Amino acid sequence: MTVPNGDRSDRSPWNWLLVVPIVLPLLPFLFNSDEPRLLGFPLFYWLQLAFIAVGVTCTTVVYQMTKRGR
Amino acid sequence: MQEHLTEIIVFTFLFLLVSGMGFVAARWRRPQDLASLDEWGLGGRNFGSWITWFLVGGDLYTAYTFVAVPALLWSAGAMGFFAVPYTIVIYPMVFLVLIRLWSVSHIHGFVTPADFVRARFGSPTLALLVAITGIVATMPYIALQLVGIEAVLKSMGVTGHLPIIIAFAILAAYTYQSGLRAPALIAFVKDTLIYVVILVAIIVIPAKLGGWGAVFDAAEAKFAASPAPGDGILLNANNQLQYITLAFGSALALFLYPHSITGVLASRNRDVIKRNMSALPAYSLLLGLIALLGYMAIAAGTTPIGKDNNTIVPRLFDQMFPDWFTGVAYAAVGIGALVPAAIMSIAAANLFTRNVYKEYIKRDASDADEARVSKITSLLVKVGAVACILFLDTGFSIDLQLIGGVIILQTLPAVALGLYTRWFHRGGLIAGWAAGMTAGMVLLYNVGNPATGKLHFAGSAFPLERLGLDTKMTVYAGILALAVNLVVAALGTVLARSMKLADGGDATRPDHYLADEGDPRVKDLDLTPGTH
Repeated sequence: MTVPNGDRSDRSPWNWLLVVPIVLPLLPFLFNSDEPRLLGFPLFYWLQLAFIAVGVTCTTVVYQMTKRGR
Repeated sequence: MQEHLTEIIVFTFLFLLVSGMGFVAARWRRPQDLASLDEWGLGGRNFGSWITWFLVGGDLYTAYTFVAVPALLWSAGAMGFFAVPYTIVIYPMVFLVLIRLWSVSHIHGFVTPADFVRARFGSPTLALLVAITGIVATMPYIALQLVGIEAVLKSMGVTGHLPIIIAFAILAAYTYQSGLRAPALIAFVKDTLIYVVILVAIIVIPAKLGGWGAVFDAAEAKFAASPAPGDGILLNANNQLQYITLAFGSALALFLYPHSITGVLASRNRDVIKRNMSALPAYSLLLGLIALLGYMAIAAGTTPIGKDNNTIVPRLFDQMFPDWFTGVAYAAVGIGALVPAAIMSIAAANLFTRNVYKEYIKRDASDADEARVSKITSLLVKVGAVACILFLDTGFSIDLQLIGGVIILQTLPAVALGLYTRWFHRGGLIAGWAAGMTAGMVLLYNVGNPATGKLHFAGSAFPLERLGLDTKMTVYAGILALAVNLVVAALGTVLARSMKLADGGDATRPDHYLADEGDPRVKDLDLTPGTH
């Protein structure tokens, strides 16, 4: 059992990184186009699927940087 | 039915296999005693990263999604792809929120979101409203899982309601016995099957159809030829706002659903949740690829059975795969319906037990009482869902589900904002809830669809024209209703404060929102407000 010093704050400047994958997918002017195609996929489809990778990267970085030491 | 014999045999075999697993699950991870909600309803509150990933993934990405999203792309095009931004935005958005909910719930022993509201705002009435909203929003969601199974059965030539009733009776029996452990264990099989089927589908089907380029071109040609103005493989000027508000609004709503929270509270510690926020998008990728099955169906010239667009994906599988593999794919969808249906019925039952039964019927209910009431309620909830399908039109369940998303959003101020601020007055929150519900109903009532001739509740895209704006743009009705809710809640709070109306106590303290596994306070049960 550890002491309840888990009361450390969740605040961290790294958390701001989470804003990126929240805002990017909500900007249709970035991806609402057919060209350029990638492997036959119109931009609309491949770029939005690529945003998944952006989301994963950002949440992973924030998790790693804000992990509490054990 | 004869020509589908192989499919039926494979489907039945896999279905019975997981049903067996569901019954055995009671012994999995050896609980000493299943007679408490922590054990029956939350699987011992001790699930690690992997189990949580399968459980929450199996819970959020339901069979209905897998059938309905491609059907939407098949009929309307790009608009249906909103499911992708929706499931990207959600995880970073709730990343910091869910860990606070986890901490405060584990310190106080909360099982439902309404438990939290009860303690935070000292208001059993507000908690009851949150609980009822949750139950009402969840019921049609369970019914929709049956729609998923039905689409598959129909494609195998199996008609009539008896098979569905049998499937749900089996599901009800093992949920009753094993609680949350059953869907957690079955989720492994379900997700493995879905991943295999989809990987094969996205490699084999486009290859047969002449590549991805040809698939998209076929879809483009179909929409160019159709008279409907809103379709196409890209968005147009009028539906972009709907696209992003629907994605954003659905993301806000998802973790307010009681069944999503059940999966989160069952995890072992805060790190499990954080890690899952970066691992769950794997399902989003899967969903994005599944969505494109709708375009593959266009390229392959697949036709639905009758007017039921939900049969598009099953029909495509039947057309493209050998019989035995079609059987596997159908089983994936069928079993995919069982996992969320089980978790949803558990979550709805927990809400009833904790926030209606214990609050209003038997205040001194023991842990064993709670578990017993929840088990029985979970059966009733499933009977209700089956009744929805048997006695109501399927279209009606879909309407109800649509309404469900809008009404569950109305619990956001109390549940989600409540995790951050105690500024709102309980009276303001109740007024906001009532205003948001009313606004939501009025907005949805005014959404018609000229193409189908339906005048009311025909979708969630509210035309801004109706508000007197000179535009053809549409917006997600849920977002507007939530805005009304927030404004009224804020005004109500200011008013209640200025009139010095009594506010409830707050049983939580700021440090309760930060506690983690190993903290000695984690496990204490305290629901009485105002004792600090």
